[in-house]
Amino acid sequence: MNASMAGGIDCDLHPAVPGIAALVPYLDAQWADAVAQRGVHDLEPTSYPLRAPLTSRPDWRIAGAKPGSSPEQLCSQALDGFGSRAGILNCLYAVTTLFSEDMAAAFARALNDWLAAEWLDKDARLRASIVVPIQSPELAAAEIERRAADRRFVQVLLPCLADQPLGRRSLWPIYEAAARHGLPVGIHAGSTYRHPVTPVGWPSYFTEDYVNQAQGFQTQLTSLVCEGVFSKFPTLKVVLIESGFTWLPAYLWRLHKYWRGLRMEIPWVDRPPPEIIREQVRFTLQPVDAPVDGDALLRILDQAGSDELLLFSTDYPHWQFDGQDALPPLLPYSLKTKILIDNPLATYPRLKEDFA
Amino acid sequence: MPKYVIGPAADLQPGQRLIAEVAGRKVVIFNLGGEFFGLFNRCPHQGGDLCMGRTTGLVEAGPEPGQYSYSRRGEILRCPWHGWEFDIRTGKSRAEPDRVRTKRYEVEVRPGKDLFDGPYQAESVPVVIEKDYLVVEA
Repeated sequence: MNASMAGGIDCDLHPAVPGIAALVPYLDAQWADAVAQRGVHDLEPTSYPLRAPLTSRPDWRIAGAKPGSSPEQLCSQALDGFGSRAGILNCLYAVTTLFSEDMAAAFARALNDWLAAEWLDKDARLRASIVVPIQSPELAAAEIERRAADRRFVQVLLPCLADQPLGRRSLWPIYEAAARHGLPVGIHAGSTYRHPVTPVGWPSYFTEDYVNQAQGFQTQLTSLVCEGVFSKFPTLKVVLIESGFTWLPAYLWRLHKYWRGLRMEIPWVDRPPPEIIREQVRFTLQPVDAPVDGDALLRILDQAGSDELLLFSTDYPHWQFDGQDALPPLLPYSLKTKILIDNPLATYPRLKEDFA
Repeated sequence: MPKYVIGPAADLQPGQRLIAEVAGRKVVIFNLGGEFFGLFNRCPHQGGDLCMGRTTGLVEAGPEPGQYSYSRRGEILRCPWHGWEFDIRTGKSRAEPDRVRTKRYEVEVRPGKDLFDGPYQAESVPVVIEKDYLVVEA
């Protein structure tokens, strides 16, 4: 364990559903039978092919099972291993890719109940994001209502690239429910593959897909700002997870610039967009898309204009770094403390209740 | 500060603008429904000629995103280069009024008979007693 990281809050851990059979006990009887009758296979996301190097660090793989499928191993490697006081489980099981709204809602319910019983009940340090059927904003809001009373659920999870820009008004029931319950909305890298993952069509290679996720995040952030989500829900926090953040200075500058000339299109954006983003948007640390051994990172954060943007994450079990190098080594102590502890506590009201 | 006589007030009708040179600087003068306002003819962004910009109304947020309120038609000037909006009455940009603005000049209307005494600078404008004149302080 690296002593300088003790007490951190890991804001991006990935528990894996061992297989569809694990969810069956948590499904309504009709859907449980449908899994067998329809031959529903595993819903592992295409974004993280099981054998892709990025999907798991070699030392975090489990022989004969999916990486991230063991609660004991996750707690040991990701929490004990970095001395973290708490960690947020973001389950990427691909219920958001189903075409049926009702089936997605049923599987999201089962997934959240499975998370509560098989993970949250097993280690008091674990917290989780509510997986919602984004296919139906009304059913998604209903799922938030159903699980919000369990305060171990600290966030609502959405995929970065789903069917439409995330700022659209049709999705606002999700933001309304999240804001009302003090739940940040976490937007995680990944796609439902309904649309090409680049703005110009389908790429050929995984590398292209992964690199382009950053553009997808920028698109979604611009949509949330311009459509007025932050204006309508001023207390809402949005966390971009696995988005990278080194693109922020150029992005903020560009958005600010075009807003100055085109403000009249979106008058509800009544202050410079970088101010809104610095107040209501946060970013998980890993993957760090910059050299960590110089002062580049500090300069980037200085240009982004805030030391409150970053939230500690290992992205366990994804392979973003080796050994204990989750936190860039040359950051000042005060900034490390903010990233590890202060910023997560300020972002997640429900974490503050239990881990402050 | 010296005051410069620009020309007969009757030459600038409501909705019109004119460009004048005042103390070596170009100033664009607007008539908004009988009230006169002067702005430095240079966008603080990259120096666009504000006198070439279109005027529009003031777009503000309605009660909800997607709802607009539109008022003060003709009182907002957009720079012809990048569309930045300036309030003709104050010179302040609409986007960041406290940070971005163009210099505003006081414009007044004076009867010709007043202009034969100082501090008015009217060498280049023939003045007759019977007319009213636009006067800019600079």
